[in-house]
Amino acid sequence: MTLSAFFQPNGRRLSSAGIVLLMAPFFMLIAFAFLYPLLSLLSLSVTEPTPGFGNYAKILDNPVYGKVLLRTLWIAVLVSALSLVLAFPVAMAMVSSKGPMALFITACVLLPFWSSVLVRTAAWAVLLQRNGIINSALQFLGITSEPIRLLYTQGAVVVAMTHVLMPFMVLPIYGALRNIPADYGRAASICGAGPFRSFWEVTFPLALPGVLGGVILVFLTALGYFITPALLGSPQEMMIATLISQQLREFLDWPFAAALVGVLTLFVTAITLLFSRVFRFDRMLGGQL
Amino acid sequence: MTDLNPRKLLLNAYVYAVLFFILAPIVVILPMAFSETDYLTFPPEGFTFDWFGAFFGNSRWMKATTFSLQIAVLTAITTCVIATMSTYALMRGAGRLGALFQGLLIAPIVVPHIALAVALYLFFRQTGLSSTITGYVLAHSVIAMPFAVFTIAAALSSVDATLEDAAMSCGASRFAAFRLVTLPIILPNVLSGGLFAFILSFDEPVISFFLAGIRDKTLPRMMFDDIEQNLTPIIPAIAVLLTGISIFVLVAAALLRRMADSRRTVSPEA
Repeated sequence: MTLSAFFQPNGRRLSSAGIVLLMAPFFMLIAFAFLYPLLSLLSLSVTEPTPGFGNYAKILDNPVYGKVLLRTLWIAVLVSALSLVLAFPVAMAMVSSKGPMALFITACVLLPFWSSVLVRTAAWAVLLQRNGIINSALQFLGITSEPIRLLYTQGAVVVAMTHVLMPFMVLPIYGALRNIPADYGRAASICGAGPFRSFWEVTFPLALPGVLGGVILVFLTALGYFITPALLGSPQEMMIATLISQQLREFLDWPFAAALVGVLTLFVTAITLLFSRVFRFDRMLGGQL
Repeated sequence: MTDLNPRKLLLNAYVYAVLFFILAPIVVILPMAFSETDYLTFPPEGFTFDWFGAFFGNSRWMKATTFSLQIAVLTAITTCVIATMSTYALMRGAGRLGALFQGLLIAPIVVPHIALAVALYLFFRQTGLSSTITGYVLAHSVIAMPFAVFTIAAALSSVDATLEDAAMSCGASRFAAFRLVTLPIILPNVLSGGLFAFILSFDEPVISFFLAGIRDKTLPRMMFDDIEQNLTPIIPAIAVLLTGISIFVLVAAALLRRMADSRRTVSPEA
């Protein structure tokens, strides 16, 4: 991981005993409330009801579950793509504007961090309801003649998730764009590149690490997202998180729910490790306020 | 280039449209808190503070709010203390243990919250921690820890470590040097990390959803149930309160950080 530059030790070194003593509470917390519960959950998935990979085979055998996995992937891809298309120009505007305008854009981007996911999901429930604003607008414009079902659809989930996750895309792209010297764009135009070419051959390639970081962050978060699909999605079109919840709480099939958690966690971890170099966790977290 | 450049105008229009998309849902829901109707409609009809009264006057909502506040305060304290201890050790040469620390620090960000929620749901059932304050505080501290560590590490890496050395050379113990020299400098960042942990815990919906019992529900869990079953203007009313609290707390955290930065630039070596 690219944290070593961030955590550069300084000052007089502590004794080994001191270090162990100071770090002990952290390791105890993570061991007790994170590692052990997760590992025992994963072991449950391969030991119950019979030892082996029966629970995982069940995911593959039943087309219903396969569909849920594919739908989850598809929604995550869609949300990442939409977020990128919406976020990139905003990040560009954040870099190029100054004064009150820059402050306004930044405030808009950060506002979602300041209001809870539940509130924003409730807002979409209101907007999309049968007699909500969007249905009224559609009828007013003559696009539809009567209220159509917008809530509890896949579209509702995609739109609301994009709304919730898009800010996570803006920040890494903004971070990358901000570090591109303005001279580069000028140099490109002096060399005869038009604005379009200068964007595609200079700006975009240099912003790519930020783009990749943002896309992966949004994609991975979307994969395991629970609140929005649970409240706005249709029960017939579940995502993996809502399926996990159903298996755990309604069918009480803990080992199967554990296997689904296993698939999700291993997939997410693998992608993170694969792209660990583009993840600047310190920047993403440090730059949030 | 002037602003009348058509390409730039187009880009601006696009950016405004996106900002509208970000703001509109929030702007639409907040005024509904003052609606006189018991269903949600826009524009809201009439003007009343009744829904705030309904929230503060309802013992179930009040119990859930108190419960969430207790959890959030304890999470903030736990996270601050543990994060300060371990980050300090890390920045004073933790060696191989430090590498393990960094790996485990990132893990709760990478692993989806639903996975941790399910794991803790089953684990806490076995250990009797279900819907106890302790259970929630442990879970929320795990999630908040990375954010606090990064905030504190940022402060520690810019503090002039020779100040602490000087104190120790003058005979102060390590603890005294930390408490009297380093801690006062990084305190705003520690508090800012704590505030962040508070908000993260207070707003946390997924783990709350799974850990909640029938009686001991957190505020986010109560909200979830209301949104799912019976959406009344009480939710916008809570949204107004929550947004207000979040903005207040996060502005406070930002001010604390700024204060910390100015403190550090005053130190002679920086």
